[in-house]
Amino acid sequence: MTVSSFHPAILYNARSLSLDKVPWYPLDQFQALIAQGVAHDQRVCACFGTASEEPDAVDLYVILAHDSENHLSAARTTVRGKQFPSLTPSCPQVHLFEREIAEQFGLTPEGHPWLKPVRYRSSWRRGQDAWNRPEGQPIPPAVGDFYRVEGKDIHEVAVGPVHAGVIEPGHFRFQCHGETVHHLEIALGYQHRGVEEALLGGPDKRSIHFAETVAGDTSIGHAMAYCLVVEALAGCRKSARAQSLRAIALELERIANHIGDLGALAGDVGFLPTSSYCGRIRGDVLNMTALLCGNRFGRGLMRPGGVYYGMEAERDAELLKRLKAARLDVTNAVNLMWETQSLMARFEDTGPLPADVCRDLGVVGPAARASGLSRDVRQDQPFGIYRFVQIPVCTWHTGDVFARAYVRWEEIQQSFTFIEEQLQAFPGDAHRVEPGRPAPNTLAVALVEGWRGEVCHVALTDSQGRFARYKISDPSFHNWVGLAYALRGQQISDFPLCNKSFNLSYCGHDL
Amino acid sequence: MIQVLLARLKQRHRTMKYPAAPPPEMPDRFRGRPLLAGSKCPEGCRACADACPTGAITLDPELRLDLGKCLFCTECEQACPQNAITCTRDYRLAVRKRQALILAPDQAELELAAALDTKSRRLFGHSLKLRQVSAGGCNACEADVNVLGTVGWDLGRFGIQMVASPRHADGLLITGPVTENMKLALRKTYDSVPAPKIVIAVGACALSGGPYRDHAEVQNGAESVVPVDLFIPGCPPHPLTILDGLLRLLGRLDESKTRG
Repeated sequence: MTVSSFHPAILYNARSLSLDKVPWYPLDQFQALIAQGVAHDQRVCACFGTASEEPDAVDLYVILAHDSENHLSAARTTVRGKQFPSLTPSCPQVHLFEREIAEQFGLTPEGHPWLKPVRYRSSWRRGQDAWNRPEGQPIPPAVGDFYRVEGKDIHEVAVGPVHAGVIEPGHFRFQCHGETVHHLEIALGYQHRGVEEALLGGPDKRSIHFAETVAGDTSIGHAMAYCLVVEALAGCRKSARAQSLRAIALELERIANHIGDLGALAGDVGFLPTSSYCGRIRGDVLNMTALLCGNRFGRGLMRPGGVYYGMEAERDAELLKRLKAARLDVTNAVNLMWETQSLMARFEDTGPLPADVCRDLGVVGPAARASGLSRDVRQDQPFGIYRFVQIPVCTWHTGDVFARAYVRWEEIQQSFTFIEEQLQAFPGDAHRVEPGRPAPNTLAVALVEGWRGEVCHVALTDSQGRFARYKISDPSFHNWVGLAYALRGQQISDFPLCNKSFNLSYCGHDL
Repeated sequence: MIQVLLARLKQRHRTMKYPAAPPPEMPDRFRGRPLLAGSKCPEGCRACADACPTGAITLDPELRLDLGKCLFCTECEQACPQNAITCTRDYRLAVRKRQALILAPDQAELELAAALDTKSRRLFGHSLKLRQVSAGGCNACEADVNVLGTVGWDLGRFGIQMVASPRHADGLLITGPVTENMKLALRKTYDSVPAPKIVIAVGACALSGGPYRDHAEVQNGAESVVPVDLFIPGCPPHPLTILDGLLRLLGRLDESKTRG
């Protein structure tokens, strides 16, 4: 069959679709739809299981992004029995989604080249375990076989879960020959605290707080995606002012994190001026978010129906003043880096990630743009105010640490300009409306371009309008494997630098 | 090189004078210690307790707000028909006893953290090395602990430092609800710190499980695994709240200077 023979439901970002409009395909056709879509430059935003109406079966859903056509599509199938043929060998982009389905629903994707748990937890379906582990037995994290390179002089380096810095836990296993890394395998799951499971039956009073703490550094991004999903389910229309304020907060989050990352990258190669200035300026930007809502991470700002806090003219003016000062400071601090040859020598050609690998693995965000892919939800799947005001997509072509740093710097400048314009664009107007109740038997998808890349939230509601499934894909879920790939052939001593150039989330992955 | 020096001039000296002077002003929307006007509560009203996402507010038998569970989210403030709950801008929240975080009506001051005993202060007062363990945290508490290391706050000037190994540490600073998957690692890290040692729990998750309280995947906070000497509430706590707690613990805060 060809792509044209499939008719998945067309869906737009931050919109909903009645579940009966999501076409059902037999499993082989469902998989062919994904494989052919990906071959035609579509991306897998989410692929997940959910309870089926049929006993002893699991429904699978896929959300594909057609970036060139600025829309999404959705399709579903049903898996009966205990296994299904893995699609990963022909479509690597689904490798982690299949592992997740195996872990959550006890279904074995047969032929998966590296079928290990994702978060080291028991199956959601009692008595159904993809690894036939006895029920009730503890599942120690990161315990199991690791990919090994054989050879007399090969040695293995194990790092984590507790790391040297103030960093989240994860386990890294390097296969080295001398200093050279031949393979890196990353085992996560230490931060797993049951976010998706707890969202079932919602929305309730805790739901927004789960969204705000999926990844604390992306509180705005995830809370925004959550709000967009709830609003799409309820058919809520927000004011232009609310959408503008949301985007201002999202861009502040991007600026703060990017500045922090540039400082940390400078610190990782021992260039202390930029490191210490950026550390402070990042704090200044977090304080701007606190000016909006009292909290440096934006907690309490995003609420279904708009934003909880409005902005008066004086607050607009104060924010504008602080933005201008921070922009001057950060320009001075960051330009020092590009002028310093010894720093550039450490950034250039370190940890390269080729564009075709990015495409195959489904890498998103600044990491993809640094490898030359023009991939940005704000542009490709516009939502909210980004439908009317475009932020240029910043790309670089070398895919190395320098590219990932430079793309961040370009994005910082674009976001500054965007906020400065927005602050003068939509005065007054209500900033919050009553969101209404989620519709029953409906699917809604929201993609938000967080500072790390695509944040994807998908909700399916039951006949009562409650969450029958809530799927979250943090950009880190796509990108961790990109970091592992970028380390191949690199010196192990460059790992911290490469790692920081991706700066991925453990808790966002582990949920 | 000349560019580096010029940048240094331009960026100026930015370390705050606190604690030798009052701290930077908190933003007007900052949500610090709440104040409960219990006398305003109508008979039988449960609006605040029903709105609270983490069960921090109880009414049986009397109104109480557990700041260890509180996310400082203002849901209670919004729900209260009498405006009996308001968030003040008081950032000082760190305590030594978990019970001291249970706020009663009209309580305008917490029993803030007392300094360590003389012997411990002699050991740690001018040099406290901490190992940070993130045990299921969302990375917000971790981020604002990290901020204390930046030039504005300069934690190093108090002799407080985050170190790379528990063997080099005098204690642990724990964030997160302690997931099942981090329980063993946390325990092992604690055991690796030579005695005498102190434990500081930072954030609603580490104090009570936070939004993840009672999930099968978590332990409801650090105290379920290790003994805790200092509790710093918040979601996440402001860096000033954390620093205030650390300085109180070490007996290095002179409130005649910080209160302006």
